[in-house]
Amino acid sequence: MLGQQIVSGLAAGCLYALAALGLVLVYRTMDIVNFAHGEMAMVSTFVAYTLLARAGLPYAVAALGALAFAAIFGMLVERVFLRPIQNGPLISMMIMTLGLFMVFNGAAGWVWGFDPVSFPYAVKGRPFVLGGIIITRDSLLVLAVTCAMALGLYLVLRFTMAGIAIRATSQNARAARLMGVPVPRVYSLTWGMSSVLGAVAGILIAPTTFLSPNMMAEVQIKAFTAAVLGGFSSLPGAVVGGLLLGVLENIVAGYISTQLKSTFAFALIVAVLCVRPSGILGTPPKRKV
Amino acid sequence: MRAVSTPAGRLAVWVVALVALPLVTVALGRAYVVYLYDLVMVNIILALGLNILTGFTGQISIGHAGFMAIGAYASAMLTGRLGVPFVIAMPVAALLTAAVGFGLGIPALRLHGHYLAIATLGFGVAVSQLFAVWEGFTGGYQGMKAPAASLFGFGFNTDLRYYYLALAITWLMLAAARNMLRTRPGRALMAVRDSEIAAQAMGVNLAKYKTAAFAISAFYAGVAGSLYAHLVKFISPFDFNLSVSLTLLASIVVGGLGSLPGSVLGAVFMTLLPHVFSRVKNLPLVLTGISLIVVVLFLPHGLVSLPWRLLPAWSWLKARLGMRRGFGARGSAKRGAA
Repeated sequence: MLGQQIVSGLAAGCLYALAALGLVLVYRTMDIVNFAHGEMAMVSTFVAYTLLARAGLPYAVAALGALAFAAIFGMLVERVFLRPIQNGPLISMMIMTLGLFMVFNGAAGWVWGFDPVSFPYAVKGRPFVLGGIIITRDSLLVLAVTCAMALGLYLVLRFTMAGIAIRATSQNARAARLMGVPVPRVYSLTWGMSSVLGAVAGILIAPTTFLSPNMMAEVQIKAFTAAVLGGFSSLPGAVVGGLLLGVLENIVAGYISTQLKSTFAFALIVAVLCVRPSGILGTPPKRKV
Repeated sequence: MRAVSTPAGRLAVWVVALVALPLVTVALGRAYVVYLYDLVMVNIILALGLNILTGFTGQISIGHAGFMAIGAYASAMLTGRLGVPFVIAMPVAALLTAAVGFGLGIPALRLHGHYLAIATLGFGVAVSQLFAVWEGFTGGYQGMKAPAASLFGFGFNTDLRYYYLALAITWLMLAAARNMLRTRPGRALMAVRDSEIAAQAMGVNLAKYKTAAFAISAFYAGVAGSLYAHLVKFISPFDFNLSVSLTLLASIVVGGLGSLPGSVLGAVFMTLLPHVFSRVKNLPLVLTGISLIVVVLFLPHGLVSLPWRLLPAWSWLKARLGMRRGFGARGSAKRGAA
C-alpha cells in the first residue's frame, strides 16, 4: 500500500515538478512570480485540443503545434505586458500577472466554454505490475518527460550560449547587459521556455483532470507549493519539491483524508515559509539596504 | 451656498445625499438596486481593510477572502445557532477574525513580497476549503443560513433598512481608518511600507506594527463578512473563494493603493462592474483583469489619481482655447512671447 502510494505520488509529483520548473525559471531570471503561468499552460493545452479534436491532427503533431504556440505566446506576453513595468515596484508586476490570470481564464471560457472536455493520454496500453505495485504507461512517460526536460534544461543552461546568457542575466542583469548580453531578448527567451514547460505540464495533466479553463488553478497552487518547498531560486529544487509534494500528498490522502489533500498543500506552504523560506535547495536572498 | 463650502456644510451635503439615495432609487422604481448599494458598502469596508494592510503597510495579501469567511461564518453561527444578538455578534466575530489575522501576521513577519503573497494565497484557499470540508460545523458546500440582523427588536430584513445599518457601520469604519492613518500609527505603517530598515532606525517596532496591520485589516474583513452574511442571509464556501480575494485586490489597485477615497472608488467600481455586462458569461472576470492591466500600465496610482493625471492636458486645453479667444494682435503676441 505504501509502495503504491509512493509510486503514484511520484507520478503526480512529476507533473507538479514540470509546472514548477517554468515558474522557477522565470523567477530566477526576472524576479517575477508569474501567477498566470497555469492559465497560459491551460490555453496552450486548449490549442492542442483544438488541433487534435477539431483539426484531426495526430497527437504528436498537435502537441508540437501547441508547444510552438506556447513559445510564441510566452514571448508575446512578456513583450507586451511585462517589459513596460519591468523597473516598477514588485507589486505592479504581481498585479499584472494576476490581471493576466483573470483575462486568460475568462477568455478561454469564452472561446472554448467552461464544460470539461476529455483529453487523450499520450500513451495507452496495459499498465505494468511490479511487485504488487501498478505503474501505468502514462506515469512512465510523464517520468521520462520530466527527466528529459529537467536534463535538457540543465544542459542548455550549462553548455549553450543562450543558457549562459540566461544565467548571467539572472545573476545581475546590468552587468550582463554591459557584457553584451541582449537582456531583452533573454527575457523573451525565458518566458518562451517557461511557457513551453507549462504547456508540456498542461498537456500531460489534462487527461487526468479533464480539460477546462479551471483545470490548472488547483495545479498552479501545487506548483507554487512545489517551488516553495524546493526553493524558488533553484531549478533542481523545483523538481525535488514537486516529487516530494506528490509523495507527501498521496500519503496524506491515503492515511488521513483525500479531501484534505489541498489543505495539506497549503499548510505545507505556510510551514515551509515559516521555517525555511528559501526552501530545501534554495539560497536565502540577500537584502541590501 | 457659502455654508456648503464649509467642512460641516460639505458633511451635511454628503449625509443628505447618502440618506436620500436609496429612497430616490426606490421612488424611481428600481428597488433592487438598493441591494447593490448594500453590497458596495460591504466591499468598501473590505477594501479599506485590505488597503490598510497592502496600500499603507506594504504587506501583500491575496487571501483576504479567508478573513471575510471567518467573520461571516462566526457571525452567522453566533446569531443563528446561539441566538446572540447582532449588536454583540458582529463585534465578537470581527474580534475573532482579528485574532486570526494577528496569528497570520506572526509568521508573515519573516516573509516579503512574493513569498508573502503565496503564503496569503495559501491561507485564503485553505480557509475556504476548511469551511467546505468541516460539514458538521458549517454545513459544507451546502452552505449555512444566517438570520437577519436586528437591533433591539427592529429587524433589518429588507435591503432598504439594511442600507442604513450598513451606512452607519461603513461610516464608522471609514472614520476610524481615517483617524488612525492620519496620526502616529498611520505614519508608522507607512514607514514600514516605504523602508523597513529606515523605519526601524526611526524607532518603529516592526513586529508590533506589522502584526497590528494584519489584525486591523482582518477586523475590517470580519466586519464586512458579518455584514455580508446578514445581507444575503445564506453563505457558502463559494462566496469566499480565490476569485473574491483577487477581485478585492483588484479593487484597491484600480481605486488607488494607499488612498482612502481610492478604496471607496475601487470598491464601487468593482461591485458595479459585473452588473454592467451581466449578460455575457464570465465577462466580469475578463473585465476585472483588463482593468487591472490597464491600471498597472497606464494609471499606476489608480482611478483616484485620474484628476491630477489629466490636469496637464486640461490646462493645455484651457490655454489653447484661451489663446484662440484672444483678439488678433494680443493672441499672436501671446504666442510670440511663448
